[in-house]
Amino acid sequence: MEYLIGIQGQDFVLVAADNIAANSIIQMKQDQDKMFKLSDKILLLCVGEAGDTVQFAEYIQKNIQLYKMRNGYELSPKAAANFTRKNLADYLRSRTPYHVNLLLAGFDETDGPGLYYMDHLSALAKAPFAAHGYGAYLTLSILDRYYRPDLTRDEAVDLLKKCIEELNKRFILNLPSFSVRLIDKEGIHDLEKLMPVGAK
Amino acid sequence: MSGKYVFSTSVCRLYQVEYAMEAIGHAGTCLGILANDGVLLAAERRNIHKLLDEVFFSEKIYKLNESKSRYIIYNIVETYGIPFLPSHRYLLQYQEPIPCEQLVTALCDIKQAYTQFGGKRPFGVSLLYMGWDKHYGFQLYQSDPSGNYGGWKATCIGNNSAAAVSMLKQDFKEGEMSLSSALALAVKVLNKTMDVSKLSAEKGVYRDTCIQSAWSMQHMQQC
Repeated sequence: MEYLIGIQGQDFVLVAADNIAANSIIQMKQDQDKMFKLSDKILLLCVGEAGDTVQFAEYIQKNIQLYKMRNGYELSPKAAANFTRKNLADYLRSRTPYHVNLLLAGFDETDGPGLYYMDHLSALAKAPFAAHGYGAYLTLSILDRYYRPDLTRDEAVDLLKKCIEELNKRFILNLPSFSVRLIDKEGIHDLEKLMPVGAK
Repeated sequence: MSGKYVFSTSVCRLYQVEYAMEAIGHAGTCLGILANDGVLLAAERRNIHKLLDEVFFSEKIYKLNESKSRYIIYNIVETYGIPFLPSHRYLLQYQEPIPCEQLVTALCDIKQAYTQFGGKRPFGVSLLYMGWDKHYGFQLYQSDPSGNYGGWKATCIGNNSAAAVSMLKQDFKEGEMSLSSALALAVKVLNKTMDVSKLSAEKGVYRDTCIQSAWSMQHMQQC
């Protein structure tokens, strides 16, 4: 039901998430923000079991912030992604696993932009583009067709719009709005919310 | 460990810690110098017994990972394995080598704990750490049995360390030390502090240097 997408460019990462918080067949909230700011240049997008998502994401968020307070410098996106994965993996074989699917997007001074795909079984993969949810089945093929590593910011946003139009057209559920953010060397930027035409 | 804490009218002293630091002053000299292009550790090798079969030379210098190593002085068995744990625990969690100062802090926290709880004696070990990380580049740290540590441009521990430090203070050129000039300085200082007429490979002086993403360990050349 929920949808996450990330697209990495040469010097930025573009991410988007839908804004619906649902309970069974009811839309409880239409402006839910599913992105968690881990640091100035790292975002964690989190969907999955209700409760687990916020619990796990905030746990990771506070630990990343604690690291910065203790040491004076921040964790790199790669280290943050591996830290998140290790936590998820440790909980997986406990009595209380977290059922969450994640995208971690960040910008590193030395390594540049990075997008990390993580699922509830604690798989971790660095990828140029990725998506979570039923919507992924409909949009990964579009990304395969049109993605290029040298996309500009505008082109990446256009590609994102193509994906969302497809969801609007073919996905059974109504996803009226998507939060969009971009990370580059200057930090995290909020872009305009995307609201596909025809959705209420 | 009763008597560890001594209350007096004017001063509170931990004698066990002081004894440990005193004992380290009798151990073989080790000095470290920070250069522009690397860090250097040079150590006196004392176990020169004819019958001793030394296949692996470095009894005192240990490599922790690709960009860090440390030096132990006085009673090796005390802390041989201990730094590997924090170092590799960090690597397991973050898939990155541990930044130097975090390793130093982790070890010093352990050492300090032994001076405050547990009732056991402190570790009789002073350590020099050399390493590189992406946050602060090349670094040199020294820690002692109390758990106190500091970052240094050049320092010395062990026998005659005070004399060595004063020599280093005079001859260390801020910002102008290359590894080769640091090596020359190290040899000069060790010459004074070691009670031998001439330094040589047989007398056993080790040199370890830490260069970004490379590690080299060589015997001292005849000087």
